[in-house]
Amino acid sequence: MLHKSPDTNVSTATVGKDNKHDSAERHIKGTALYIDDIREPQGTLHLAPGYAQASCGKIKSLDLSAVKSAPGVVAVLTAKDIPGVNDCSPAMGDDMILADGHILFHGQVIFVVAAKSHLAARKAARLAKIEIEETAPMVTVEDGLEKDASVLPPYEFLRGSPDEVIAYSPYKITDSFHIGGQEHFYLEGQIAMAIPGDDGEILVHSSTQHPTEIQHTVAKMLGVQDAAVVCECRRMGGAFGGKESQAAQWAALSALVAHVTGRPAKMRLDRDDDMIMTGKRHDQACHWQAGYDDQGKLTAVNVEFNSRCGCSADLSLGVNDRTMFHADNSYYYPQARILSRRVMTNTVSNTAFRGFGGPQGMVFSERMMDTIAIKLGMDPLDVRKINFYGDEDRNITPFGMQVQDNILDELVSELESTSDYRNRRKEIAAFNEKSPFLKKGLALNPVKFGISFTLKHLNQAGALVHVYTDGSVQVNHGGTEMGQGLYTKVAQVVAEEFGIDLDHVRITATKTDKVPNTAPTAASSGSDMNGMAAKQAAQTIKDRLIDLASKLYQVDKTTISFAHNKVKVGDQEIAFAELTQQAFLERVSLSSTGYYATPHITWDRDTKDGRPFLYFAYGACCAEVTIDTLTGEMKVDRVDILHDVGKSLNPAIDIGQIEGGFVQGMGWLTTEELVYDDQGRLRTHAPSTYKIPTASDIPEDFRVNLWNSTGNREDTIYRSKAVGEPPVMLATAVFSAVTNAIASLSPGQVPQINTPATPENILRSVQDMKKRDKRAGEE
Amino acid sequence: MRQDVKFLRDGELIELNNIDPNETLLDYLRLREGSCGTKEGCGEGDCGACTVAIGSLKDGKLQYQAVNSCIQLLGMMDGKEIITVDDLSKGPLVKGSQAKRSQQLHPVQDAMLRHHGSQCGFCTPGIVMSLFTLYHAKMKADRTTINDQLAGNLCRCTGYRPIIDAALESCTGKAEDRFRQDAQARTTKLNELDDKEDLFIGDEAKFFAAPASTKTLASIYEKHPDAVIVAGATDVGLWITKQLRDLPKIIHIGRVTELQKITHDTNEIIIGAGVTYADAQEVLATIDPDVAEIIRRIGSTQVRASGTIGGNIANGSPIGDSPPLLIALNAKLSLQKGTDTREIDLEDFFIDYGKQDREEGEFVSKIRVPKLTENEIFRSYKISKRFDQDISALLAAFKLTIDNNRITQARIAYGGMAATPKRAAHTEKALQGIDLNVSETWEKAVQTLEQDFTPLSDMRASADYRMEAAKGLLIKALHEISSETIDHESDQTRVIGARAIDVREAV
Repeated sequence: MLHKSPDTNVSTATVGKDNKHDSAERHIKGTALYIDDIREPQGTLHLAPGYAQASCGKIKSLDLSAVKSAPGVVAVLTAKDIPGVNDCSPAMGDDMILADGHILFHGQVIFVVAAKSHLAARKAARLAKIEIEETAPMVTVEDGLEKDASVLPPYEFLRGSPDEVIAYSPYKITDSFHIGGQEHFYLEGQIAMAIPGDDGEILVHSSTQHPTEIQHTVAKMLGVQDAAVVCECRRMGGAFGGKESQAAQWAALSALVAHVTGRPAKMRLDRDDDMIMTGKRHDQACHWQAGYDDQGKLTAVNVEFNSRCGCSADLSLGVNDRTMFHADNSYYYPQARILSRRVMTNTVSNTAFRGFGGPQGMVFSERMMDTIAIKLGMDPLDVRKINFYGDEDRNITPFGMQVQDNILDELVSELESTSDYRNRRKEIAAFNEKSPFLKKGLALNPVKFGISFTLKHLNQAGALVHVYTDGSVQVNHGGTEMGQGLYTKVAQVVAEEFGIDLDHVRITATKTDKVPNTAPTAASSGSDMNGMAAKQAAQTIKDRLIDLASKLYQVDKTTISFAHNKVKVGDQEIAFAELTQQAFLERVSLSSTGYYATPHITWDRDTKDGRPFLYFAYGACCAEVTIDTLTGEMKVDRVDILHDVGKSLNPAIDIGQIEGGFVQGMGWLTTEELVYDDQGRLRTHAPSTYKIPTASDIPEDFRVNLWNSTGNREDTIYRSKAVGEPPVMLATAVFSAVTNAIASLSPGQVPQINTPATPENILRSVQDMKKRDKRAGEE
Repeated sequence: MRQDVKFLRDGELIELNNIDPNETLLDYLRLREGSCGTKEGCGEGDCGACTVAIGSLKDGKLQYQAVNSCIQLLGMMDGKEIITVDDLSKGPLVKGSQAKRSQQLHPVQDAMLRHHGSQCGFCTPGIVMSLFTLYHAKMKADRTTINDQLAGNLCRCTGYRPIIDAALESCTGKAEDRFRQDAQARTTKLNELDDKEDLFIGDEAKFFAAPASTKTLASIYEKHPDAVIVAGATDVGLWITKQLRDLPKIIHIGRVTELQKITHDTNEIIIGAGVTYADAQEVLATIDPDVAEIIRRIGSTQVRASGTIGGNIANGSPIGDSPPLLIALNAKLSLQKGTDTREIDLEDFFIDYGKQDREEGEFVSKIRVPKLTENEIFRSYKISKRFDQDISALLAAFKLTIDNNRITQARIAYGGMAATPKRAAHTEKALQGIDLNVSETWEKAVQTLEQDFTPLSDMRASADYRMEAAKGLLIKALHEISSETIDHESDQTRVIGARAIDVREAV
């Protein structure tokens, strides 16, 4: 059996334990410092952006005199004040820090005000007189498609001749639906503070997932060497992908003001500004066709994703590639065409968001499964199961990678049983039979998510470990802490290595002068990569200590071991701190770097060949909902989750990631709706109008369990698996359950419904079903 | 006349004579005090990251309520006590704390820690303070009360489950922290601060006034009709933090004794304009469980602790939740200018979008709400994208008079369906005489709603949806009322807000 992992029952003292988040005590006391809480250096200026009130056009005139003369204003800067390159894009060079001439979206920043207080800066920013010669904006995906506007060329996976096969399949279906976007709504908005230093050096505190990119952007903008810029991030108040590329603009503006004025400068976006000016999850128009047999088994799939990328490329290449990589979710497509168009629109540039395009791919595959089941009158779970990837055959993805670690059958069967799926299916049918207005729905959906950056060179990480003579340890690595518990997991790994207590290991702020040239903390890869790099650094030091102890105590190296803050050397035990003291006296280095490059990654995007992922993470979710067919209101009643994290580094933290990821995904598919008006202005730019889940939205009955794994079959850090993103996609079960509830109104008819399943979208679908049911009855 | 603001900061008296009328409590804490535990998440009272606890005396007893400090004005704190997250783990050991390492923690902090209730930690101080007030509520928290308490505290990381578990464990109704231990001393101090003096800080051009009597309020407002009257600041706060308006003249009515009163007898309830939702909720619930449910779904715990029904009416919003409810109940509104008062039907107050029947210098003083009579049945429903702490897409309120299973009179009001909260006059007429036994006769009346309303599309809902849902709610009301009055056996008709089991006798 391919999926049987090697036995990894190594006993550990710290790894695998429910250690608390390293900052938990500071969080609950309010003493954890976020950037806005750092004591400001004297004379710090506060910044506010001035932005375009039109979505598309040319700046005709820009009168900033009232801004400049407003109370408290010290400086007002525009594009011409940028000494170097006016770009904060992650790669393509198409994101201006300050607009210069042309406006591409409503909310684009044109100037920055620096004032003595945040309020003074915000008030002044509104006094600008800006004339824009407007042209009609492309707002929707359809607008962009009509004008053939794109930020990147289309990309396609093709296996076999799906069109022909669909045409000759016993059953076929054609469908279109729209997948909504999502605002990150990290609780801490975008923020940066730049402090000028010696000889043009600059220190930038940034709430960013990618300090190295901040460093590069700032250096490029100021026209200085990378070595002159340091970026630091101790923690973020949430990020979710929204601070991967899009933290750069605010860091750059802070650095620009600091550079021009010689004073520290802090830029904290007001929530509304943040929501207007920063990108979101890509919404997509999905058109698909599929062929299948009378058992619901797919013969071929042909799917097109038309993705609203907004006004620039940003991370749209990787995001939309991942939509394609996950358009199969857990299912084998014998023949397939998967096409993605990267549509340009005059809206804010969409960006990374937990799942990085994957969720959109999986919402499609799950809608396809639901559709086939409704058409055939089958239980949707049976359709899903019959299409699962196989072990020995039917195991090649549409992009050519062999699925070698498949646990879908076992995992889904276990959840099917523990969630009492079949009995509840019957109970729900009985309920729906007699309930006139309320209808229930049930779904059990799988998740298979590929782990690794699909951009190969990002799969590397560095770490720096210092051991001090008192036996305490400092760890630094390239990963950033956004709440996911990365710092805690890496500290656990280091503590484990040295056999010391976790509170002897201090994790320090991520900083580009400690560990350089890092990848973003993204793609769920944080602990996989940084854990390995830190382990390697610790191992290097440990090896030196072993050499030393062997020499000092004249024992064989194999008799030396580290545990309980002690080192066992032959028959005697010495304190860890004693050995580190001896190392200093004997002139042995107690500091080391560590480095890790993920193995086996061979994906070549041009030839569409090779292996993009080291492994897959799996999970499944069973969701039950009730809808109100008079109003479209919906409640999630019960959710059961079984999720695979390999051998968990920290079960409490992993459960937290699973629950939080699921609820975030549920929000995306239910209450979170981004509304743009026909002028391209975002109308839902505050929590008063954009509704993320609150406490009462989570199911009253919420059961989350870790899959009893024997460990990742790949040699990852303690055989664990990444957990950051995959749980988001468990929430497709909620959307499928809504579909299932609506479908009960007219058996055999497929409900037309877009995501998110707001009361309005549900009611529209319900009324459409009732009409169709009536027509069917009349015929 | 007093010229400085006095409040307690965790028991210690603070006196300030240099406040800006528009200064928020959050800015005072973070920028003036340098207490940075309290966070700003949205600046509009929707995310709860800035939640602090406000101590005040209710019927002579100390109570702690959660509020959003980002939209509370500093001057409004006069006579109150402010507790922030920075205060919680100060002071002597707390009884009942379990983990050794956590002995300096407050029980709610300790529970949050042990249940892994924080991830990024940014919402956490606000959540801790929300739970702190729940800890001091004199009841054992269950899932429903916790959901309600946390509705105004958004967390984007955890999915809430560990926070709910922490609350279930720590909020047992038996407070024994240091705040409870020296509650008497705090009560005494708060009593001393309640000096019944008018407060006026500033000059004639720019001031923060908090009169202690209706008489002073009336005279200041007559003199400064351009001043902004503030009750809970849950709306005016946003004029300052979001519209960035300068409001040089603020008159806060929170200290006007007469306006804080709520009285009721068997026939009616009289609510002073300064009564908060939180204080009105219990009394209004005596009218009907649906009234209580609508009030529960207004804003969040934080918003209901400061926002008032008077303010919800006075600001004239077409999407305020209490006006359609109160219009259906045939409430009357009292307005005062100088020494003159008048009473009007609440529905007549709302003339058009942004236009109310209120003269310059005139203020809302009280609302009179008749209770239901023996043969009246009431239903109300709120529709929003999210159940809790969301602004209505639409709200419907129905008061039907039933005689022998026939509707003899209908009084219906909708919010979100027009430029003002508005009655459905045609539909009311069409319902007259309808037999609840004969559901086939309902359809015509339901369609009549199209004559009453031409709703608009916005980010909350489309015009079509509003109309279709409005019809659906009328059907739902008729269905519920018919099953209640006829067969006593009701289907499940709601996904949330099931009525308490007190089905009224058939009439």
